[in-house]
Amino acid sequence: MDATPRARLPAAPDDEAKKLRFRDPQRARTLTRRLEQLCDAAGRPVSVMHVCGSHEQAIARFGLRSILPPRLNVIMGPGCPVCVTDLPEVDEAIVIAQQGAVVATYGDMLRVPGTVQSLAEAQAEGADVRVVYSPADAVALARQTDRQVVFFATGFETTAVASAAVILAAPPANFSVLSAHKYIPPAMEIVAEMPDTQVEGFLAAGNAATITGWRIFERFVERHGLPVVVGGFEPLDILAALVKLVELVGAGEARVVNAYRRCCTAEGNVPAQRMLWKVFRTMGGQWRGIAHIPNSNIRLRDEYAWVDARKRFDIDLTGLWQSAGPSLVQRCICGNIMAGIARPADCDLFGKECTPETPVGACMVSSEGTCKIWHEYGGFPAVSFAPRPADAQRVGNG
Amino acid sequence: MCLGVVGQIAAIEGLVATVDFWGTRKKVRLDIVDEPVQVGDYILNHVGFAIRRIPHEEVEETLAFYEELLGASDLLARDLRAELATSDPGG
Repeated sequence: MDATPRARLPAAPDDEAKKLRFRDPQRARTLTRRLEQLCDAAGRPVSVMHVCGSHEQAIARFGLRSILPPRLNVIMGPGCPVCVTDLPEVDEAIVIAQQGAVVATYGDMLRVPGTVQSLAEAQAEGADVRVVYSPADAVALARQTDRQVVFFATGFETTAVASAAVILAAPPANFSVLSAHKYIPPAMEIVAEMPDTQVEGFLAAGNAATITGWRIFERFVERHGLPVVVGGFEPLDILAALVKLVELVGAGEARVVNAYRRCCTAEGNVPAQRMLWKVFRTMGGQWRGIAHIPNSNIRLRDEYAWVDARKRFDIDLTGLWQSAGPSLVQRCICGNIMAGIARPADCDLFGKECTPETPVGACMVSSEGTCKIWHEYGGFPAVSFAPRPADAQRVGNG
Repeated sequence: MCLGVVGQIAAIEGLVATVDFWGTRKKVRLDIVDEPVQVGDYILNHVGFAIRRIPHEEVEETLAFYEELLGASDLLARDLRAELATSDPGG
């Protein structure tokens, strides 16, 4: 079979991104009208939360908020894995690097502030920190050297599966993993319980659910009485998922609905889940700025202590912490933003002291962080939807 | 990122595939892909691992979505381009 790509990258002007382009504008209009009807029927503001950086990118990029009913509030929750990596986890990676090991991690992690400094700052002072695209890169790096190579592993369960796969594929003896992986369902529970959040339903990320299956959310639904809808990433996927979610909210129906049927099944990718939980287990841990969340940190099982950087290295953070001074980080409200009780614009630092060039909080570092996404697109960017007269009033009303 | 990148398998050797992403060829591991794959199939790549085989009937629509995203120069497009530009994970 011909394996040549069927199309080359098209060139397009920069403002293309700002246009709200649906492959089926009529269906988009039908969905937004349905959302309006549902919100009118509810007779009150409705807040729903998604937990995925790619969802926020797509919502912001396609200007979806500008065509949603004003009373429908779509909030990004703790869906940026880089952003919820806690300060001491970054500190651990820095201390390991200071002991002479090579620390390999995803690019977004480099500039995330730790208690005293970021990995990029440690690198500037001589620490050997490498950016990798994949855990397989980090293993390849270890095979090329006699030095210790530590993979600083961040990300949610989908990414943790990849870490599990390299651990199960007989990595070299000088390779180890510093797991800062996090597990999303318990974080949804904590956010749902926060008194100020008032989230009435969750939009779950379709590609993660491809691995975990949608049934993973049933426990959450049972415990909290809130609906969960699994949705895809195309503008129409997101709108259709929101329609289903607001329908369930309006009807007071707490159940899981899979609105991403072409990708996600009830059980998900069972062999991948087996690999994940063979290597890892969950335990309680801090999510940056949000809370200590039970069963939310993905950590290596005792059987895999031989590849656990926390067992291999003597990680003492007290020396590092003693040198910590007051910093702007203390004024950062990323935690409230990720819990859905504040917007980036509510932060004194947003767009001033804190920009993508000089990030104070982790949410401004990562391309999946709410602050960086809002800084790029604005919360409610102007869109050129080419509205029909009947739509004209709605477009841009945010 | 949750979105992942779509590419077409050009060759398979054991658990490692060579995958073509709009002209950039990279090694992608097949340890966790949801279905058996063969040369010519399209897969969704997440951090150097194929996580899903794209069914034939969805390939065209999926590629069109990515091509639209990649045609711009905003944050999402830059993220995707960065994924395409990163080094070869190897085996």
